[in-house]
Amino acid sequence: MLMKSKHKLSRRGWLKRSLAMAIVAGAVALTAPAQANDTIKIGFSMALTGGLAGAGKGALIAMQVWAEDTNAAGGLLGKQVELVYYDDQTNPANVPGIYTKLLDVDDVDFVVSGYGTNLIAPAMPIVMQRGLVFPSLFGLAVNEKFNYPNYFQIMPAGPEPLTDWSKGFYSVAMAQDPPPKTIALVGADAEFAKNAVKGARIQAEELGLEIVYDESYHPKTPDFTPIVNAIQARNPDMVFVGSYPPDSVGMVKAATEVGLKTKIFGGGMVGLQFASIMTALGPKLNGIVNYDFWVPEPTLKFEGVEAFLAKYQKAAEGQGVDPLGYYLQPYAYAYLQVLGQAITATNSADHAVIGEYIRNNSFDTVVGNVSFAPNGEWAKTRVLMVQYQGIEDNELATFTKAGTRVVLYPEEWKSGTVNYPYAE
Amino acid sequence: MFSVELLVNALIAGVLLGGFYAAVSLGLTVSFGQLNIVNIAHPAFIILGSYIAYMCNSLWGLDPILTGIIFIPVFFLIGAGAYRLYYESFERKDDEALRGLAFFFGVMFIIEVALIMVYGVDFRTVQASYIGQSWKAGGIGVPTRMFVPFCVAIAMFTAVYLYMSRTFNGRAIKAVAQDRLALQLMGADPVKIKQLGFGISIGTAALAGALLIIIIPVEPSVGRLYIGQVFAIAVLAGLGSIPGTLVAGLILGIAESLVSTFFGPSWAPAVAFGILLAALAFRPQGLFGR
Repeated sequence: MLMKSKHKLSRRGWLKRSLAMAIVAGAVALTAPAQANDTIKIGFSMALTGGLAGAGKGALIAMQVWAEDTNAAGGLLGKQVELVYYDDQTNPANVPGIYTKLLDVDDVDFVVSGYGTNLIAPAMPIVMQRGLVFPSLFGLAVNEKFNYPNYFQIMPAGPEPLTDWSKGFYSVAMAQDPPPKTIALVGADAEFAKNAVKGARIQAEELGLEIVYDESYHPKTPDFTPIVNAIQARNPDMVFVGSYPPDSVGMVKAATEVGLKTKIFGGGMVGLQFASIMTALGPKLNGIVNYDFWVPEPTLKFEGVEAFLAKYQKAAEGQGVDPLGYYLQPYAYAYLQVLGQAITATNSADHAVIGEYIRNNSFDTVVGNVSFAPNGEWAKTRVLMVQYQGIEDNELATFTKAGTRVVLYPEEWKSGTVNYPYAE
Repeated sequence: MFSVELLVNALIAGVLLGGFYAAVSLGLTVSFGQLNIVNIAHPAFIILGSYIAYMCNSLWGLDPILTGIIFIPVFFLIGAGAYRLYYESFERKDDEALRGLAFFFGVMFIIEVALIMVYGVDFRTVQASYIGQSWKAGGIGVPTRMFVPFCVAIAMFTAVYLYMSRTFNGRAIKAVAQDRLALQLMGADPVKIKQLGFGISIGTAALAGALLIIIIPVEPSVGRLYIGQVFAIAVLAGLGSIPGTLVAGLILGIAESLVSTFFGPSWAPAVAFGILLAALAFRPQGLFGR
């Protein structure tokens, strides 16, 4: 029965009501039509605006492709899947509120993480307190301090993410004759980059390399020429960089302009995997050895990955996101595949049961066979070290071809040999 | 580690970076310093300029700087229109302090959201023959990606400075926030003068945006990162001083570059803002303020 208010609303009352309506309208706009009982709701925050939005929006499209595929195949536990998500604006401070709302107001059945270390860590206390299964998307060493058993991270960093991340970089370098003796370490003063450089530092010390430069920089540094000049003055054999997309571009441009002379350059530069940045830098990328997770090399044609990419690339048209979707997108699809396969296999929505199943089984996904170590990272590292080779133009089609990003490490997935040194 | 070569390279990099800093701060010096309008949307206008340079570069291969110059009149008209709206809505009612600030916050978000809707959130860059090149003599290098924007910045400063100091309207812009009544007695309409000044302020954003996208890749929200830096330079300059803005930009650029080269890049922002704090402590009116 419709009830009418008997009282004239005060200005404060109007404000409260307007605010409530705005929140409700926002929630409705951001979620698919709510159907309380016949859907399985999966909630998450995602960087749809702000610094990580380029990757975040791409991840969201991949997740929507998974939801469509899953629903077309009959859903999970006989119910349709519904994604409920909010924009965290690439702001870690927004994350706890979003997950609290997802769980207490939207009443989601499962939560998965947003994209990136900085935006995963703030959700951990909430999911741990409630004992939830928490598939996570590209967090580096997030669970190192939490030790939460139901955390499952899809980025193939490996059981020792700090050091596994850069293991391939050292493996490629130390196999050369003579092996390098000195290294420069430089990274952004932010969570991921600090972890990447920390891991690189640990390994440099273990290998007995002399660290001749070890500095961090503020993430909004516009020009990297002074940093590259300072590195060049130390004449290191290796230069390991932990950087975010704008810094990676600045670092590559500065290295090209200064004429950086070193034997191996790269390591942990985020952004060089993105189509817009690859096409912007073009031939300047040649010779850089950098991490990657999937490239169109013949050794990495996992079942379903090309079909997924075709769907993603169609959905991404005109969305202003990465048109190729090689980097993060297959993993955004795969972490939901893991959750979906576990729910189906256990025929349960019980988090303890599903968590136990994921810990003890492996999963066939579009990124290959995945199993998890006790700390929730991949049981075995598959951080690829690729080298940009033979790039002669800035065309997008160039980067869809095999041979432009040759896999050097791990041996199991190797597709070519290294061009060494980077520049002399 | 010290060498003369490293010092010279650091100074060159600092001067070039400083010129760029000054270019992105020039518009704010005019609006904030001379017109007393706290336009916190200025970095968003700069990003808009970057996207226009990107669009013309990717569609027609136009040089980003040429695009910036072509779009100065368009941005001037946008600025003049924005000021008129601001004046009618807030300033005329003496309501500009807080609501005016909210207005420019709103403008900033509208520009960001519009760019996200049109271009998405991916990073955008431009191609030009001088990007990625470097002039070298011995161990000294001058990256043309920084040198060309520096030269354009100097040209823009010279043009704005000459206009402001040699023309009646330019001098009126400098006077309008100081003594409106005196300006009216000189036969000038303060509202039109502020409209002209704000148009110039936003006009510089077209070119500054083109310079920005030459140096770094942009995405719609990247302007927020530089709000602090841009305001710091305008304040250090002595609000309203055009030569001061250039000097302040150069001081910050050189300080950042020297610290980054010899003491580590993590100290660079702290030293730059330390200079601002020291200047405010010993010369609160700024370097060139009266």
